[in-house]
Amino acid sequence: MNMRTEILRYMEKNSRVNLEELAVLLGTDEVTIANEIAQMEKEKIICGYHTLIDWDKTGEESVTALIEVRVTPQRDQGFDRIAERIYNFPEVNSVYLISGAYDFLIILEGKTLKEISRFVSEKLAPIDSVMTTATHFILKKYKDHGTILTPKAKAERVLVMP
Amino acid sequence: MRNPLSKKIVEIQPSGIRKFFDVVNEMKDAISLGVGEPDFDTPWRIREEGIYSLERGRTFYTSNAGLLELKEEIAKYLERKIGVSYHPKENIIVTVGGSEGIDIALRAMLDPGDEVLIPQPSYVSYLPCTVLADGIPVVIPLKEENKFKLTKEELEEKITDKTKILVLPFPNNPTGSIMTKEDLAPIAELVVKHDLFVISDEIYSELTYGTDHVSIASFPGMKERTIVINGFSKGFAMTGWRLGYACGPSVIIEQMLKIHQFAIMCAPTNSQYAAIEGLRNCENEVQEMRRAYNQRRRFLIKEFERMGLQCFEPEGAFYIFPCIKEFGMTSEEFATRFLEQYKVAVVPGTAFGDCGEGFLRISYAYSLEDLKTALGRLEQFIDGLRKEK
Repeated sequence: MNMRTEILRYMEKNSRVNLEELAVLLGTDEVTIANEIAQMEKEKIICGYHTLIDWDKTGEESVTALIEVRVTPQRDQGFDRIAERIYNFPEVNSVYLISGAYDFLIILEGKTLKEISRFVSEKLAPIDSVMTTATHFILKKYKDHGTILTPKAKAERVLVMP
Repeated sequence: MRNPLSKKIVEIQPSGIRKFFDVVNEMKDAISLGVGEPDFDTPWRIREEGIYSLERGRTFYTSNAGLLELKEEIAKYLERKIGVSYHPKENIIVTVGGSEGIDIALRAMLDPGDEVLIPQPSYVSYLPCTVLADGIPVVIPLKEENKFKLTKEELEEKITDKTKILVLPFPNNPTGSIMTKEDLAPIAELVVKHDLFVISDEIYSELTYGTDHVSIASFPGMKERTIVINGFSKGFAMTGWRLGYACGPSVIIEQMLKIHQFAIMCAPTNSQYAAIEGLRNCENEVQEMRRAYNQRRRFLIKEFERMGLQCFEPEGAFYIFPCIKEFGMTSEEFATRFLEQYKVAVVPGTAFGDCGEGFLRISYAYSLEDLKTALGRLEQFIDGLRKEK
């Protein structure tokens, strides 16, 4: 596995990189790591540094919805143009083009159910090419971005063993 | 009343550091770098398969030697990994952990008075199991200056006309030493020349860093005189499932099967089904664990270097074996004081043979965070000791 992949594998789980430490863990030097990261930022391989938050544990109200959208693609512009109209809304978290029964899967964050339904009825549904939408509200997040959000019982290992 | 006990058993010394282990296990608030098992849970695919096999009602004995399906997967795995082909029906027996394999191999091969060469520091069971099988253990002390590898000279020196078996414990617990192809070639030559047999304990074969594990069984003329011991405990993080296997010439495996059949019946059925999934589909999970161990290994090497603690670079298993001779105390004293003052448990090198004196076994089957905390305390401890002097 090359150094880039090694770095990405690590940062995917922990973006708070201590260059010195990561250099030790990967058996290389700090400069190499720093250069690779800078280069990957430039190439947009690394697109941002986000924090995985379990909003349920804060007092903040928040609702996440998955919305399936069926559209009629426009001549010459295909799906990309419609996607752009949708993803430019800041409350839209993710937009994916999907194979199968519908075209887009949208992940939307809002403060309340009302806010989300208003977005769907006032912004999303009226877009010309949008034929149908189906909104699914997330009730509980168990695992997000590869991280299990429910705390796990500590392993029961004996303290010493040959 | 008559003495109810067998002299042979009574004369076997309980591990010298059992007292130390008892003290540690009672200290609930201690942090430990003392465990010889992975910190990872068994990969979920494997656990899920275990659950499924229970749901399906697979709760009966299997054939004595183990499920044919599992043995077929083991044969494919070994062909792939060490380049040796074993016949699933004739050359493989599924055991209760690697430990059972060691025991029954020795019992199947030894007559009273036969000598068994045991390089040390090494795992604690080779010596007592040899005694239980009426063999005579002959220790080969390995040296740090050789990176705790077994050399041709050290081996030749201990061979007599009574020598029958060489135990080859690599990748090594507790030193983390490995034997490369180049290291093994002269050993294999000597084994053939003196008509010896090898019990090659390769339980840590999945955990080498840099070079792939090489089995002595892959050398010319060696497959016929080697019992390869391996299992799922370390590489697949399956210690509690108690599942291992032994592979070798059918004449020996047949006799081992006799002991296994009368003493054990068969390895746990549930574990056997789960392990099939492990061999078929868990290459990625195993690789991820290896990557994590390797990162921690590099971290520890660097930290010891920074603290000025002498240590050769381990290339296998998940142990590092630093030298503490500069502090002028025994390994057990060092470990005991460190435990009492800083509440960190490490294992004295002497747990693995007298020649482990002056060393500590530190396991890196712990998260990086745990390792950092423990090493912070170790640094304070040795700084204090250096000032005392």
